[in-house]
Amino acid sequence: MFEKPVLIREDGLRHDGRRPDELRPIKMEVGVLYNADGSAYVEYGGTKVLAAVYGPREVHPRHLALPDRALIRCRYHMAPFSTSDRKSPAPSRREIELSKVIREALESLVFTDLYPRTTIDVFIEVLQADGGTRTAGLTAASLALADAGVPMRDLVAGVAVGKVGGVLVLDIDEVEDEFGEADMPIGYAASIDEIVLLQLNGVLTREEFIEGIRLAKKGAETIYKMMKETLHRKYLKVLEEV
Amino acid sequence: MKMKILVANRQIVRPGDVLAIIEGSQITPKYLPEKHIYIHGNRVMTDIVGLVNISDNEIQVIPLEGKYIPRVDDVVIGMISGVGLTNWIVDINSPYSGILNANDVIENFNPITMNLRDYLDIGDYIIAKIIAFDRTRDPLLTVKGKGLGRITEGVVVRIKPSRVPRVIGRKGSMLNLLTSMTGCNIVVGQNGLIWIKCRDEQRLEVLIRAIRRIEARSHIRGLTEEIRLFLEKELGRRG
Repeated sequence: MFEKPVLIREDGLRHDGRRPDELRPIKMEVGVLYNADGSAYVEYGGTKVLAAVYGPREVHPRHLALPDRALIRCRYHMAPFSTSDRKSPAPSRREIELSKVIREALESLVFTDLYPRTTIDVFIEVLQADGGTRTAGLTAASLALADAGVPMRDLVAGVAVGKVGGVLVLDIDEVEDEFGEADMPIGYAASIDEIVLLQLNGVLTREEFIEGIRLAKKGAETIYKMMKETLHRKYLKVLEEV
Repeated sequence: MKMKILVANRQIVRPGDVLAIIEGSQITPKYLPEKHIYIHGNRVMTDIVGLVNISDNEIQVIPLEGKYIPRVDDVVIGMISGVGLTNWIVDINSPYSGILNANDVIENFNPITMNLRDYLDIGDYIIAKIIAFDRTRDPLLTVKGKGLGRITEGVVVRIKPSRVPRVIGRKGSMLNLLTSMTGCNIVVGQNGLIWIKCRDEQRLEVLIRAIRRIEARSHIRGLTEEIRLFLEKELGRRG
């Protein structure tokens, strides 16, 4: 990718044919891993993410345990085969940062003080990266926590808003991220109307920022509804097989 | 407190779902972890994936997933996982491991002359009761009492702790059904371990299949009746 592709076509659609406020096709499933207490698999178009939750469980090493609440540990990791050039499996600076922001988003929702001296471990593995991996990872982590039966105030849906070719667009992919002017991932807990993750890379005016948040909330609400349906579906499946 | 309830009894709910709207102006934010509900603004919301249970204008959510958190007076089944000088560490299938003191098991216990491994060793299963737990310290167990102590025979089956209320049933209806129809001895630990002793292998195998069925289908209405039919069919076939 040496040449800048056409990001906004003449008919106003994006390079992959989406409208500016359109999400990529989304797939999700919970309870995909047998050994984890909770798990989820999420696809945002070409981005494929797997999340596993263990706990609450005993903390090892012991000295990390907190006396008044549960510890949340989060590892966001990209598989070596997730990108077109092999990614070194060692945690990069970027992965450490994303682990931190996702952990803090989850910490603000989970009732950690119910389980002092324990840990809740969240593992997010990016299997295929095509932009928006942190938001897909956050969605998957939230579903996996719910699947594990961890009490939390609300589910959180992640979605990114970007500015490409001067237009605000929803759920940007790899190409739009690389050649666009701005990328703003957010994590939105729709029921309690709280933003638990917000990052911005690039430049937006005040008006664009406000419009971007509005767009992201709209997209996140759609994803949020799908998350609730996904959690419901797990139990409906049992009803069907007699 | 007046509420307008928005959900049906036994409906599946997820974190963030609104269960009811409170009518009135004086509303304080509150969290009731035991009932898995919390009050946000004028809305009653849940914090977990579970089934709604409405009775006498009281609303609560019974979780479908989750770990076992010890409670005082619970009967649990555990495995000895460590031996100390004056106590045993017991794995009770929970984030908090159980402590069983030596003088609870042995009268006139003397740590100098006695070796705890002669009484209970690693890998032994026990039926115990929780006598003290407050989350700041690990739960304290006792084996003094009727039906408690080391397990010497039978089989221990492990299910999800969140399914235990269904295996017992309302006022013990499911457990009574299982006991009377198979004639097996059953002790259900609140932590999801179930001890079974049957007269023959066939009954044991049918009973384990029935328990697995309850575990997989715990959110279904009329489960007791379904299990009754299942047991009749499976046991009747063998005469």
